[in-house]
Amino acid sequence: MLKTALLIVRKDFAIEVKTREILYTTLLFALSCVLVFAFALVKEGQAPTDAAAAILWIAIMFAGTLALGRTFERERYGETLRALMLAPAPRTAIYVGKLLGIAVLLVFAELVLVPLVGFLFSAAFLSHPLRLALLLGAGTVGFAAVGTLFAAMLMRVRTRDVLLPILLYPITVPVIIAGVRGTAALLASPVEEATATMWSAILISFDVVFVTLALWTFEPLMTE
Amino acid sequence: MKTLFLPLSVVTAALFAWAPLLIANAPFESTMGLIQKIFYFHVPAWMAMYSGLVVCGVASALYLFRGRPEADRVAVSAAELTVVFGLVGLVTGPLWARKAWGIWWEWEPRLTMALLLELIFVGYLMVRKYGGPGSEKLAAAVGIFGTAVSPFVYVSVNIWRTIHPKTSVVPELPRTAPEMVPPFAVSSLAFILLFVLMLMARIELARRQATLDELYLAHEDSGS
Amino acid sequence: MKTLIALTFALLMAASVAAGQPPAAQSEFVPLSQAPAAEQLPAAPLLIAAYSFFLVAVVGYLWTIWRRLNKVDAELQALRQKTRPQH
Repeated sequence: MLKTALLIVRKDFAIEVKTREILYTTLLFALSCVLVFAFALVKEGQAPTDAAAAILWIAIMFAGTLALGRTFERERYGETLRALMLAPAPRTAIYVGKLLGIAVLLVFAELVLVPLVGFLFSAAFLSHPLRLALLLGAGTVGFAAVGTLFAAMLMRVRTRDVLLPILLYPITVPVIIAGVRGTAALLASPVEEATATMWSAILISFDVVFVTLALWTFEPLMTE
Repeated sequence: MKTLFLPLSVVTAALFAWAPLLIANAPFESTMGLIQKIFYFHVPAWMAMYSGLVVCGVASALYLFRGRPEADRVAVSAAELTVVFGLVGLVTGPLWARKAWGIWWEWEPRLTMALLLELIFVGYLMVRKYGGPGSEKLAAAVGIFGTAVSPFVYVSVNIWRTIHPKTSVVPELPRTAPEMVPPFAVSSLAFILLFVLMLMARIELARRQATLDELYLAHEDSGS
Repeated sequence: MKTLIALTFALLMAASVAAGQPPAAQSEFVPLSQAPAAEQLPAAPLLIAAYSFFLVAVVGYLWTIWRRLNKVDAELQALRQKTRPQH
């Protein structure tokens, strides 16, 4: 199963490497999010406390929504997902493949966003790189797990563009709370390591529950 | 089911007639006074909302995995009731808060959580309304995820904003204010019965709609 | 015709709700100008507003169920009458 999933990831990346459309658009979109929030929040050259953590996660979630929409729009346009569904591959492998693809894309975006937001808001993101990576990784997987399932199932719905965020944001609220609070705990001085650990644990349990649920529901959802 | 409907509605009506008398005679809470009497309708409304949420989640899972059409009818009915009772809670909550805390809206954990769950279930109804053909399945996924996310929302919102922690008010009521128990019990029972009755009525509506749809299909087939 | 009746009914209900609201809202805001807010706020209008909202919501919802049931029943009846001659 994992093999099929990796094959799907490789296929998606082969397309992406050629055009880099989704990566570039997602990145630019995330950057404009950061700018908009910076102008909205910074007052007299000072950003409010925790603004850096909040802006980082908002940018990731918004950009993630956009990337989800674009990825599945490409599938829909080429009718490729339908072809995949007809192939004798296990459905769950298709889901895992798509999830990995989105997660890797978001990790690329984060690699740019974290230093940039840290630089613009003088936030010491990199003082605890492993803990931050854990938070970001767990948050990304949780967001992408729900997002991939919803984006896939909404593919045949005409109003998908608006329904995806409407459904995705309330359900992934625990991710943004845990992500922002955990990151803010890392940025606080002195660093609240216990708080960050607790939020990471909540994120990981969120991941476990929602990846399992998505694996269960993907098959009946995508069978027409 | 139908034979139960009439006696149940008589009992519910009697309870709703009785509850105000009990509530009016209940003692005034020492610090909040008269406004505290919203409690007797506010908390039971949440109970009905969570009943709707759980029923919707279970019925959605049954529909998605077993493909039972009647489970789908139960799910959509329960989702509508979740939204209705959630609305009652969301409106009565701020009215209470205005007097008790001096502000309309407080980012109080359970109020926030109710708002999020309300949003998810409004999303559920949106999917059903604007999802086009096959939206029942998509809505079922929303129902399952919405129910599954509620403990996470509860935990994260609770830690995120701990103010007025009153989750223990209801279980401790017999000890702290024994005179408040009878009116609270009666109105809770009345709400639960009302919930069951409304659910039954709504399911009957869904059943007839299904019959109508079948008849239309048969009619079209015989007509063409 | 039915939708027309429904609409007028809804409008009437909305109007009555709206008509009922302003005095409550005003009596709430009067003490605000005088002194520290919450303490002097009269509780009764808020309480009445809460209870009446509950009633309006439940009765309104039950009414939509009843209206939808009638509509479906009417359609069922019409369809059955249409199909009967063919059999």
